[in-house]
Amino acid sequence: MIDTDTIAAISTPLGEGAIAIVRLSGEEAIPIASKVFEGKNLNEVSSHTIHYGKIIDPETKEMVEEVMVTVMRGPRTFTTENVVEINCHGGLASVNRVLELVLGYGARIAEPGEFTKRAFLNGRIDLSQAEAVMDLIRAKTDKAMNVALKQLDGKLSKLVEKLRQELIETVAHVEVNIDYPEYDDVEEMSHQMLLERTKKVYDQVEKLLETAKQGKILREGIKTAIIGRPNVGKSSLLNAFVQETKAIVTDIPGTTRDVIEEYVNVRGVPLRLIDTAGIRETEDIVERIGVERSRQALKESDLILFVLNYGEKLTEEDRKLFEAVDGLEYIVIVNKTDLEQVIDLEEVERLANGKKIITASMKEDIGMDQLEATIAETFFEGDIDGGDLTYISNVRHIQLLKQTMQALKDAEQAMEAQMPIDLVQMDVTRAWELLGEIIGDTVQESLIDQLFSQFCLGK
Amino acid sequence: MATYEAGQYDVIVIGAGHAGVEAAYAAAKRGAKTLVLTLNLDMIAFMPCNPSIGGPAKGIVVREVDALGGLMGKVIDKTYIQMRMLNTAKGPAVRALRAQADKPLYIMEMKKILEKEPNLTLRQGMVEELVVEDGEVKGVITETKALYRAKTVIITTGTFMRGRVITGDISYESGPNNQRASVKLSENLEKLGFDLVRFKTGTPPRVNHRTIDYSKTEIQPGDENPQHFSYETVEELTDQIPCWLTHTNQNTHQIINDNLELSPMYSGMIKGTGPRYCPSIEDKIVRFNDKPRHQIFLEPEGRNTDEVYVQGLSTSLPEYIQKEMLQTIPGLENAEIMRAGYAIEYDAVVPTQLWPTLEVKNISGLFTAGQINGTSGYEEAAGQGLMAGINAAAKALNKESLILDRSQAYIGVLIDDLVTKGTREPYRLLTSRAEHRLLLRHDNADLRLTEIGYEIGLISEERYQGFLQKKEQIAAEKQRLSEIRLKPTEELQQLMDEHGASRLKDGILAYDLLKRPEIGYKVIDKVCPSDIDIPFEVKEQVEIQIKYEGYIKKALQQVDKLKKMENKSIPEDIDYSAINGLATEARQRLEKIRPLTVAQASRVSGVNPADVSILLVYLEHGKVARVAND
Repeated sequence: MIDTDTIAAISTPLGEGAIAIVRLSGEEAIPIASKVFEGKNLNEVSSHTIHYGKIIDPETKEMVEEVMVTVMRGPRTFTTENVVEINCHGGLASVNRVLELVLGYGARIAEPGEFTKRAFLNGRIDLSQAEAVMDLIRAKTDKAMNVALKQLDGKLSKLVEKLRQELIETVAHVEVNIDYPEYDDVEEMSHQMLLERTKKVYDQVEKLLETAKQGKILREGIKTAIIGRPNVGKSSLLNAFVQETKAIVTDIPGTTRDVIEEYVNVRGVPLRLIDTAGIRETEDIVERIGVERSRQALKESDLILFVLNYGEKLTEEDRKLFEAVDGLEYIVIVNKTDLEQVIDLEEVERLANGKKIITASMKEDIGMDQLEATIAETFFEGDIDGGDLTYISNVRHIQLLKQTMQALKDAEQAMEAQMPIDLVQMDVTRAWELLGEIIGDTVQESLIDQLFSQFCLGK
Repeated sequence: MATYEAGQYDVIVIGAGHAGVEAAYAAAKRGAKTLVLTLNLDMIAFMPCNPSIGGPAKGIVVREVDALGGLMGKVIDKTYIQMRMLNTAKGPAVRALRAQADKPLYIMEMKKILEKEPNLTLRQGMVEELVVEDGEVKGVITETKALYRAKTVIITTGTFMRGRVITGDISYESGPNNQRASVKLSENLEKLGFDLVRFKTGTPPRVNHRTIDYSKTEIQPGDENPQHFSYETVEELTDQIPCWLTHTNQNTHQIINDNLELSPMYSGMIKGTGPRYCPSIEDKIVRFNDKPRHQIFLEPEGRNTDEVYVQGLSTSLPEYIQKEMLQTIPGLENAEIMRAGYAIEYDAVVPTQLWPTLEVKNISGLFTAGQINGTSGYEEAAGQGLMAGINAAAKALNKESLILDRSQAYIGVLIDDLVTKGTREPYRLLTSRAEHRLLLRHDNADLRLTEIGYEIGLISEERYQGFLQKKEQIAAEKQRLSEIRLKPTEELQQLMDEHGASRLKDGILAYDLLKRPEIGYKVIDKVCPSDIDIPFEVKEQVEIQIKYEGYIKKALQQVDKLKKMENKSIPEDIDYSAINGLATEARQRLEKIRPLTVAQASRVSGVNPADVSILLVYLEHGKVARVAND
């Protein structure tokens, strides 16, 4: 907490602003920024200067964002430390990627109010402001905690708790072997057993990271495809989204001009409507490329909005589409309830196999509310707060999950190197603690409780 | 009746159990004129429970006590009947020595050492009252109305305070082993405003050696080449005595289940909180009723006695049920009980009332140590006693006090846990309580603490010189190994095969060869022996330091990160109510615990990182004010 390590955060309110700033502060701020920056060598530029360039993912060489970077060396800065500010052009996805990159290259996510706290601790703010700093820390922490708790109501926290339970049982088992070496009721934990158990958790954390819906949403938006036969109302659905919410239309560099991705914000869930141009112009993908291939194409979507016509019978093509989306995340929208019902809803229900079905009329503006609620529910348990702290908490979760994976990886390597089990176990404990930080629980005492509830001890 | 002036001391120690003897010895060694008052001079350092010392975590404490110049290690090394190194198949951080003690011999040896100590007076007597004036302790008054004056007083009364022994539905006022309970002192502490809790512990029956059929049990011998606790011990014991292992069974469990209502634990007669790690047999059977059997270790109580301690059968069931239980256990069918098992309830001091020096926050000069602070175990008591002795003497003689931190010693972990978090049950050290346990090994206790022991005058010049020499040898040997490059000769490759290690692809430094998990000093001694004779302890140290270098470095980095917070001190007179922004719970907890450093504050339960940040900002006020005035 009296750390001098380098911290980073998005220091502008997120969302609507045209420019977003990722700010770094600390000894390593400049070298870290320069690692992901293509342009002048930031290590060599003079202090208090601004530079044009690109943020590049050093691993993939992929360009993330065009930016202006301000370099300010301490002590004449807000925090008195070295400070770098990366001015991004806004857009949820890219700003967050920039933050994630600097976190990946050595920065740590800032605690609530930490920039101000550092400014204060380094004597940059005068005495009269000390109280304000404390209030700020309190307020920001409370808000962050509220947001974090809200997010944690969902499946994430349940899964994290389950993973923690598995880890702590393993750790407790090793601890019992250590503290009660003559206790014969407990099998001696072998490297093999430990490896299996940590591998299991590792895989799940990996999966969680890949699919962590919240994290992904905030990074990239939900890749959403609208499908359906010609004339079922796909375009009207798209227009309904675009009209109801503020759509951000972006030209993605490197792609042809007619392929446009549209971001729409549905109750805090950013949807990225993919290949919408394709939907508009060539209506009939299944006809064109066959079930298997369209399935492959659809697999890349996180969400499929599958539109049917209320006023027509189900066709062979509709059934093929059902086949194509089987096992994927989709919502069925039976559009055009303004027409007389011809469709067999029971069959639709059977084909949808438990997936949500919404009847709607785009023309008469019926059903959008329900659709939006369903989308929000699918990706969050309830509505979310689109404020910046939601965002940061998410990046934090991602970081913690990555660190958890690293700790488990360390454990695995140690086991391969035949390190004694009690050393390996330290990495496993670390993983347990990291997961605990996600749900705000790292109390060491719980290990001891586990020890005594899991085993009957008494030497 | 009026009191009479009985003498003036720097330090008075009340009680001469495992905490008391260390406290008295340390205080005397530091130069304080020290008096020990105890109920019975024949019971100095008596072991009322199991006849063993050491084990995981605890064994490391014994080594730490020894490295700081305390007694426990030396005395058990002279009086053990069996020694075992535990966890040898695991890593160096969790290896631990455990000795079976000769109980009567241990008492005699301890008493002999104390009697020889020039600054130390031993006296039999029951303290009934503390003399406290203006929040400062001034002395003690005994049952016989002797008034002893002192600059500091250490209470180490173990489980004697308002002790009550219970078996079945019989209960009576008593300390352990039918000694007198200390009732008036407990009342006196209450009057002085102490917060007391009621804890409970228990002990199993002892049976007669001659009535055990060992053929039905399994032998548990000691180590062939016993190691020792004290770094000063050179002699080893050649005729060790084994322990024996047997088990309970369904019949035993049936008897217990049938008679559960007779157990004071379940009838509600016992209200004190017992330790989870040392449950009674009835507890084990109720809580884990699917276990078909429980281990029972038969441990001799000494070389010249027939009493055998039935480890694992701690109970407060009536004596006649204890007899029935024993009859169901293989080997004990005809065992004769010599002392019955019992539960004991006692008053303990809520340890959050203490500073990390073990001085009572509200009464200057008064210290408490050992089981009275809510711990259990001889080793935990010894560690606290030693620290209380060091600090009480420091206070009386105006010397520097000593607080060990969590990365320095298990003793530091123990005391920090007690004074920062308190305890809801009798506290036992476990390796899992130490977050830096890789640094707190039994093999490096001397490297961690001898320097300190020397500085405070508890380690002799001779031993200190030996220690410095060892340190030099370790450094020299590490240097030597890092300078020898070994060629992958056929001889070496065959050695690799022999030890199950993969063959070398290239030349390798001897240093790096030793890093391999399969390779030990045997191989080094073969391929690149040293010209000089290197002692076992040096080799052990070199090997551990090299082999686990990566992990040790990582652990040290963690400690370094925390150091800044450890070094950031909080003034004793800080007014938490003046700090805006602290959460109410945090404020209340901090007011109660009054941590001495920011690091300690961060460990207080109910204090979250935001509170710590706010505290830091507040502590910087002064500094900022200076900047502003410049």
